[in-house]
Amino acid sequence: MTGMTAQNASCLHCDAPVKRAEPYCCAGCKAAHEFQALSTPDFSFHDCINTDDTGTHSLTLVVQGMHCGGCIQKIERTIKEHPQVSFARVNMSTERVKYSWKGARERGDAIAKDVMDLGYQLRSLDQQSLMEAPSEEKILLKSIALSGFAAGNIMLLSVGVWSTTGETMGFATRDLFHWLSAMIAIPTVLFAGRPFFRSALSVLKRGQTNMDVPISLAIVLACCMSLFETINSGEHVYFDSAVMLVFFLLTGRYLDARAKGKARQSASNLLSKLTGTAMVLEDNKTTRVAASELQPSMIVLVAAGENFPADGVVISGTSEVDLSLISGESLPKPLTVGAGVYAGTLNLVAPVKFRVSEAREETLLSKIVRMMETAEQGNAKYIRLADKMARLYTPVVHLVSLMTLLGWLFLLDAQWQVAMLHAVTVLIITCPCALGLAVPIVQVLASGRLMRHGILLKSGDALEKLAEIDTVIFDKTGTLTQGNLDLLPGLWSRSDLQLAASLGAKSRHPLSRAISKAYKGKIHDLDVEEVPGKGISGCFRGETVKLGSHLWVDTIEGSDVTTASLWLKVGDHPPRQFLFTDQLRADSNAVIDMLHALSIDIHILSGDRRSAVKQVANDLNITHFTAETSPLDKCDYIDALQQAGRKILFVGDGLNDAPALAKAYVSMSPSSAVDISQTSADIIFQGDALMPVIRAFKTARISKTLVKQNFALAIMYNIFAVPIAMAGFITPLIAAIAMSGSSLVVVANAFRLNLPQSKEGV
Amino acid sequence: MDILIYLIPIALVLGLVGFLGFLWTIKNDQYEDMDGAAQRILFDDDDD
Repeated sequence: MTGMTAQNASCLHCDAPVKRAEPYCCAGCKAAHEFQALSTPDFSFHDCINTDDTGTHSLTLVVQGMHCGGCIQKIERTIKEHPQVSFARVNMSTERVKYSWKGARERGDAIAKDVMDLGYQLRSLDQQSLMEAPSEEKILLKSIALSGFAAGNIMLLSVGVWSTTGETMGFATRDLFHWLSAMIAIPTVLFAGRPFFRSALSVLKRGQTNMDVPISLAIVLACCMSLFETINSGEHVYFDSAVMLVFFLLTGRYLDARAKGKARQSASNLLSKLTGTAMVLEDNKTTRVAASELQPSMIVLVAAGENFPADGVVISGTSEVDLSLISGESLPKPLTVGAGVYAGTLNLVAPVKFRVSEAREETLLSKIVRMMETAEQGNAKYIRLADKMARLYTPVVHLVSLMTLLGWLFLLDAQWQVAMLHAVTVLIITCPCALGLAVPIVQVLASGRLMRHGILLKSGDALEKLAEIDTVIFDKTGTLTQGNLDLLPGLWSRSDLQLAASLGAKSRHPLSRAISKAYKGKIHDLDVEEVPGKGISGCFRGETVKLGSHLWVDTIEGSDVTTASLWLKVGDHPPRQFLFTDQLRADSNAVIDMLHALSIDIHILSGDRRSAVKQVANDLNITHFTAETSPLDKCDYIDALQQAGRKILFVGDGLNDAPALAKAYVSMSPSSAVDISQTSADIIFQGDALMPVIRAFKTARISKTLVKQNFALAIMYNIFAVPIAMAGFITPLIAAIAMSGSSLVVVANAFRLNLPQSKEGV
Repeated sequence: MDILIYLIPIALVLGLVGFLGFLWTIKNDQYEDMDGAAQRILFDDDDD
């Protein structure tokens, strides 16, 4: 809060011009500058430096606190100012920076120090997570490029063949076109079709089937049959169908892979919290040790503003700790000798020493992450609607195709080539182009529509699952409520508020911040002293002024207040009370009413105090609520309900919610949630409103109807097309028209999602 | 129809140029940081 007195017209952090009375040019600079004010502990990333054969060192670190392009520029420029730096690049999407230099290996830390001095927090990454290059995404992207190139060129040749007859264009020319198509198509299918072949083979080995089985079979047979036709100067080749199919299906698969890769990255960014360093006290000397080398019973010193590197017990010092990462509780907890601390939580006020009890893999943070992974695996059994369809569809199609072959061979005494040709045509014409599009197109449109309203779907399954839910469980802090404290109107005057804001200007305590947020104006420049866990005192116009708990100002009033409160005492005057509350999201009430109207059960599951949870439950008219739950309790609660056959939507934001988010049938997180929660949630929504829950749910229900209609349309198309194919009347031109025609019908139907549906409120 | 002898190779080569260009962008990691790329266009200096 150093900027409150700013009179100058430039940003305190980056010197860009600002509006009057605004200390910073953007939120990013504000956050970075505030972080700079904290003590930066010394550190070493020595273990994480990679050195290659040419003597070039390189280091990849997680950067926290980047918000805008200015941040990228500042960091990169700072790194490049160092001599012998050959490479410096910030990746905004993954929040990482990579730089390389020649010469002394130690320079890496000096560079990192300069970046930290800018106000960005740097953390080392797990080396293993760096090794897992996102090669799958790149292979998919290359496959898309190849199949797109091939599809375009083959279509160019095919249209030439279709637009005339062999007699007109000359049989030699037609064969040339077919050979060219084959030369493009066969390598393309061999390379770009591998994702489908691999998936099909692996499910066949397990004796099951999915959409990839008919896709692979149709692609392979279409190519083989077309090649055979080409060699024999035949009339009909289907290279265009095969390659086009590969191209469209790969596109969907790439989008899927990208979403998964992003989720994996944010998970490894979170785990990097544990791979930092810790200041270990030994024989009155301090040494820097990597958090991964901490052992139980070591004594560690943690500065204010630093994260605890391990679980343990405080042995000296008094401070306050922000436990919201673990418990979801909004108010900081006082920390005294004997209190337990958890890895990853933030030490707020003063330095403390603690004795490590659990380190590395044994910390609560690691356990929560493991719990989340287990829950996720348990949930992976969901079978997509499309796969359910495939299980019905595949045997039928293959049977029909076989019947065609046998029918032509034995009933009509056809040559085996002719019989084979017709059988393969059946496979191609039934190839699930429309069926394969029926689900993805609805999901793409639904997610695009939700995205415009600030709702991000992480996977298509989420939409299918969301349509089926019958129970919603909300976390309290940060989900039903806004998650930050606001000052309530009270008996204080504006000058009281000004004085309180002046006292609390430099404090990082959430209540001081809430006061500073409520007070917009000039503040007095005071010398203040902060006593951890109690309050702030200072001198104003010759009188002692105090801001803090009721004990700090010696009053017995208000000790029974359940909401957060602060007292201001000026000299000997009676103290004034400031009350704070974590306010409900503005539309929480409306959303709960709408869910009631849809006859969906509503529960609250919170890690916060019972009184606070009860208050919210009463305000919102929710009968089922459970308070003071641990992450494991939340998981068990959901498990018990799911065992009873409930389909649960869990909405939560804290790290303590992450396992529950992964466990629930489907889950949502606000975008203010911690990274790991966003990773485990299926849907993320932005903004201060809770209405996205309703919007997503209604869109999911509409989508489900549309998907079902699309399946019906695709099946109807097959009922008409298959007999024609069995009778042998299909040519490649008819196949191309039929396939694209049915796809168009399905797409057009899906677009009905975008028709105005104002009466439904979505 | 002799014109095909020129036209088909030209069409293929043009497609191939686009295809190779795309492969080059993949190899250059140009799809690794879409958010950052959107910001970088606003930088004033041209030294990057």
